[in-house]
Amino acid sequence: MTAEVLATDPVAPAQRVALVDLLDRLLAGGVVIVGDITISIADVDLVHVSLRALITSVGTEQGDPGEY
Amino acid sequence: MGEHATYVYAVTQEQPALDELRGIGGSSVRGLPVEGLVALVSSVALAEFGAEPLRRNLEDLGWLEATARAHHEVVEASAALVVTAPLRLATVYHDDARVREMLEQRREELAAALARVVGRAEWGVKVYDDNATAAAPDGAVADDPAAGPGASYLRRRRLERDAAQQRGRAAAERAEAIHLALAATASASRRYPPQDQQLAGHSGMMMLNAAYLVDPPGAEALRGRIDELADGARYDLTGPWAPYSFAVLEQGS
Repeated sequence: MTAEVLATDPVAPAQRVALVDLLDRLLAGGVVIVGDITISIADVDLVHVSLRALITSVGTEQGDPGEY
Repeated sequence: MGEHATYVYAVTQEQPALDELRGIGGSSVRGLPVEGLVALVSSVALAEFGAEPLRRNLEDLGWLEATARAHHEVVEASAALVVTAPLRLATVYHDDARVREMLEQRREELAAALARVVGRAEWGVKVYDDNATAAAPDGAVADDPAAGPGASYLRRRRLERDAAQQRGRAAAERAEAIHLALAATASASRRYPPQDQQLAGHSGMMMLNAAYLVDPPGAEALRGRIDELADGARYDLTGPWAPYSFAVLEQGS
């Protein structure tokens, strides 16, 4: 996962946004309407769940050097 | 309830021309018009988006990324054409009729949310403090020859901790000042928690992670000011984004 940045070039819409930036917005922003199905996961902290998944995954990919 | 459910990406003021666009899992994207609003939806499999599979899938990074990017692609395409209020990820209804019902029930709030973002786009700003993680240079804390090694160690640790706290406070104040100045150029602003360093892959400490809703002159002002405000600190400016952080329903509704 690389942190690609649209930065100062507004004419590069094809460039991929960084997943973390997207998740900030998609998991904590956006119109919140309780759907029929999401209602049953309303008690799940989506951000927490997703970030835990991300951290686990990233840590695994990098082989977790282990600083200590 | 059949084998499919209806996934809602966004609510718009009018139907965008999205004929060729594919949504989640390559599905086609449809507009459901109701009284001056349109919900952009796809049919998704309950095997994937039912409550239990959804809960599991949200913990699967590959699934999460694919779904987030598909959602984003639909939102982006729509926002380029019409006023668009993105919905939070994974808003799913049993069927189209239930989505229409929701649009009818929440029509006024949704219309108000859309009205607030007309002619505006969101920009993201992240500012980093590259000095935050730098260790105190060797010899910065002189050992007291009269004290034993244990006492020296504790003293050094205390001074290091105090210095780190001080840097943290200074960074927080600086972030606040930058944020307030940028917010002054925007019609709305919102701060997010700093991103995890390991996740985002950045070096240094992220002192500011925020979004600003601006009209075109506001975007110019923001772009013009960020460099001066960052005053040498590294920053990322991302956008324009669809108004994810600002197309929100009023509290209490």
